[in-house]
Amino acid sequence: MSEIIGYVFILIGLLFDIFGCIGLIRLPDVYNRLQATTKCVTLGTCSILLGTIILKGLSATAIKAFLCILFLILTSPAAAHALARGAHASGVKLWQKSICDKYEDDKK
Amino acid sequence: MIGKSKYLRWFVGLLVISAALFLISVYPVPSLLKWQSPFLSRCFFILMICFALCLFRLMRGPTPADRAVAVDTMGILIVGFCAILSIPTGRDWYIDIAIAWALQSFIGALALAKYLEGRGFDE
Repeated sequence: MSEIIGYVFILIGLLFDIFGCIGLIRLPDVYNRLQATTKCVTLGTCSILLGTIILKGLSATAIKAFLCILFLILTSPAAAHALARGAHASGVKLWQKSICDKYEDDKK
Repeated sequence: MIGKSKYLRWFVGLLVISAALFLISVYPVPSLLKWQSPFLSRCFFILMICFALCLFRLMRGPTPADRAVAVDTMGILIVGFCAILSIPTGRDWYIDIAIAWALQSFIGALALAKYLEGRGFDE
């Protein structure tokens, strides 16, 4: 039973991963691509690690995988925020159909 | 003309991705590393497709920020690779590699962000 649950979690993670990577290909803008990949790929990888925990049971590997999940959830939004800020500072234009740019208004 | 080529690109991309997923789920898997589980080695091939999509964005990104995003995504995908590798082989140190790779990928993303912002590394 626990094997089936673990494999289902791994499949959900792979689905999130592939949707995030299709978003990285298809979306029109740096910021949109960053949003798609950060959410989807981080959640997908966390789900794969959760499946590893369920498959391995209570062992050293499971504790290390839990630490890895914690670390990914803590650091991945910070890295994405820094990348978006750097892209905005390096002068990447928004998509032409974007509605508003509050960060540009704040800098004035 | 532009509208037609846009729909054609949509169709070709959808066809390629669905054909790859179908082939992976139907065909018998070659035995990599004498793995016991064919399901996990199929998962491995699906992650390789994700990796190929990231490599496409890394080659064709119009701005340097796109390439930085692609590199960050590849770093997170490698953590998933290591987690999947640790299940059938039964070796614990793949998860150690995953933790170290997550740390290194975070620091690399921060360095790339500082480079994009136009600042030096010691500010």
